[in-house]
Amino acid sequence: MTLKDIRVGHRAKVIKVRGEGAIRRRIMDMGITKGVEIYVRRVAPLGDPMEIFVRGYELSLRKADADMVEVEATK
Amino acid sequence: MNIKVALAGNPNSGKTTLFNALTGSNQFVGNWPGVTVEKKEGKVKKNPDITVVDLPGIYSLSPYTLEEVVARKYLVEEKPDAILNLVDGTNLERNLYLTTQLTELGIPVVIAINMMDVVRKSGDKIDIEKLSIHMGCPIVEISALKETGLDEAVEQVKRVAAKGRKIPQHNFSGEVEHALAHIEEAVVHELPDEEQRWYAVKLFERDGRVIEKLSLNSDIISHIEKDIIHVEEEYDDDSESIIINERYNYIARCLADCYKKKNKNGLTPSDKIDRVLTNRFLALPIFAVVIFFIYYISVSTVGTWMTDFMNDGVFGEGFTLFGKDFLGIPVIIEQLLVRLNCAPWLRSLILDGIVGGVGSVLGFVPQIFVLFFFLAFLEGCGYMSRIAFVLDKLFRKFGLSGKSFIPMLVGTGCSVPGIMASRTIESDRDRKMAVITTSFIPCSAKIPVIGLIAGALFGKAAWVAPSAYFIGITAVMVSGLMLKKTAAFSGAEAPFVMELPPYHLPPMRNVLRSMWERGWSFVKKAGTVILLSMVILWFLQSFGFENGRLVMTEDINKSVLSFIGNLFAWMFRPLGFGNWQSVVATLTGLIAKENVVSTFGVLLGNSEVSEAGNEIWQAMRGIFTPVSGYSFLVFNLLCAPCVAAMGAIRREMNSLKWSAFAIIYQCVFAYAVSLMVYQFGSLFTGNADIIGVIAAAAVLGYMLFLLVRPAKTKK
Repeated sequence: MTLKDIRVGHRAKVIKVRGEGAIRRRIMDMGITKGVEIYVRRVAPLGDPMEIFVRGYELSLRKADADMVEVEATK
Repeated sequence: MNIKVALAGNPNSGKTTLFNALTGSNQFVGNWPGVTVEKKEGKVKKNPDITVVDLPGIYSLSPYTLEEVVARKYLVEEKPDAILNLVDGTNLERNLYLTTQLTELGIPVVIAINMMDVVRKSGDKIDIEKLSIHMGCPIVEISALKETGLDEAVEQVKRVAAKGRKIPQHNFSGEVEHALAHIEEAVVHELPDEEQRWYAVKLFERDGRVIEKLSLNSDIISHIEKDIIHVEEEYDDDSESIIINERYNYIARCLADCYKKKNKNGLTPSDKIDRVLTNRFLALPIFAVVIFFIYYISVSTVGTWMTDFMNDGVFGEGFTLFGKDFLGIPVIIEQLLVRLNCAPWLRSLILDGIVGGVGSVLGFVPQIFVLFFFLAFLEGCGYMSRIAFVLDKLFRKFGLSGKSFIPMLVGTGCSVPGIMASRTIESDRDRKMAVITTSFIPCSAKIPVIGLIAGALFGKAAWVAPSAYFIGITAVMVSGLMLKKTAAFSGAEAPFVMELPPYHLPPMRNVLRSMWERGWSFVKKAGTVILLSMVILWFLQSFGFENGRLVMTEDINKSVLSFIGNLFAWMFRPLGFGNWQSVVATLTGLIAKENVVSTFGVLLGNSEVSEAGNEIWQAMRGIFTPVSGYSFLVFNLLCAPCVAAMGAIRREMNSLKWSAFAIIYQCVFAYAVSLMVYQFGSLFTGNADIIGVIAAAAVLGYMLFLLVRPAKTKK
């Protein structure tokens, strides 16, 4: 399961960030790393990107990028 | 003692506010060498021997984004005496991530924790002393907004700078530290002690830029590669991720020890605002209202009043202010020149060339200032990133960013502020794309040209004007799709992983300062490049050959400009308007697009024409058919914009190469589209020229190929 599959209002724990290069580094630099818990806040009116709550702040990322983040659902 | 201190911090941490508070008006704004990233330097108000260099707002020191590369290059190569690291107290975890990288450089760091008042208000507690020990550097609590704690921060900077460089502490877990020690020993032990850790960590991450810089031979690389692979197997992850994880883990351990959060998961005011502003159903309507309001104020009402006041008043006949009559600047200068008995050519140069030319450009200044005020406010309060959030999906398809909407919209008023509004787009690639395409959207000065063609050749048909906007928007989309696939653009697909900062009311002085800086840079441009271009165009228009001698002439038919028009007219024959009048009108359109109408007026023997040129409609039919007229219109809508807008392109690209590319692209694109319009139009009306149609079909085919071909990628 990836972050893309987590529905609005649900939480998930990061297992691994796939992919490579600049975009992967950026995702991890912003705090999406192994073990961190993510709360999916909302999805933009046109269905993409999504807004998540991670490490105490709000972050938006495209679903294509969220698909690189392997997660397991919590609670 | 002269101290150079680098101000580093995340975007939205209040860095601009702190920089302004520290340096006041003592600032120098420029660019980092070779890139469009803005560089600011200033001297501390009460300590003029301390120079503050404002680094770009960054989250990390990775080798991937322009801003990060600029910042780390400065830190590693210029080696400032100290780093003042601004950290947002309400968002410690992510902010300290950058800190763990800064403290690795061997440069003394002072951490300034901002917004502590907000932290306290929420009931959270931070043990500053403990955190200071964990991070290995002094910490000062400040409020950049209320300007408290600044003196102490400056004192600490002085103190650590005097003590000099220091060896970074080791924070990572056993195996990683072990590998780093190996790398230090094997590769970088000749470097000064305090610099070794930074290089070791970068080599562990396999940072391409560092490997290149140290020019290591393959023996050493394969030697340390063994160490790296060993750790990677141990952690079942790649080395870059291992380091990132280690940093965040270290921060988590520190914060567990010294940060007490009061309430978890309560909705902040910002969340509540976002429930409305980025709501599934309300987001787009609210956005439309906000944009309409800004457009209405800065383009339709206040901005236009002020621009009219400047153009018709200050740079025109004269104006009335508070019941008193004033003469316009040209009138005053003319009187002065007459009194001085100035030669007619010099009078014309000063009045028509310099004052007239620069005046027509400076007329846009009030409009630009009003617009930049709103843009600075939208950026400052946090709504700009929500705009990008809401519109990203729509714009991304055409290789543009959600924020590209603003330049396009403003561009319907005037391309100059439109192009300059692209500055709010962070990604270099998206910004260049916006700069290239913004002037395709018909600006208000192109409306008279549309009116002329619609009136003269289409019996004022109602579809002509909307079709011009349709062509403009299509041109933006098609260009986006085509350019997106070129190597220059596709290489660095901008990641859209963007922080949505909490909403807050930006300090008015920040908004005003941002407005002033951006507006002023345009005024400076008007005084240089634009002035020069205006003088050259004036010369070409006012001088001509009579009896083999170059003399001043009132008759534009005899001017150098018309000579040039004749010289190049053949180039436009495939577009249907290979007559010299059209070429001259296009050229004078470069001064300002509405000049196209008045130039036709002069060339077709009617020197005084109304805005849409009703007087010359009959004469226009003599040199144009409807199809060639429409082709002419399309060419003028899409080709290089006026000199002022080209100046704005040059300013925003900050590169001669890219500016030239933008303008050449616009002209070539305009030529291709007009060719198709004329040739296919002629085919449709039964006057087809077989070679022309084949050429147009070839162009169409090539464009379709550019649209659908697979994207080129860098390396």
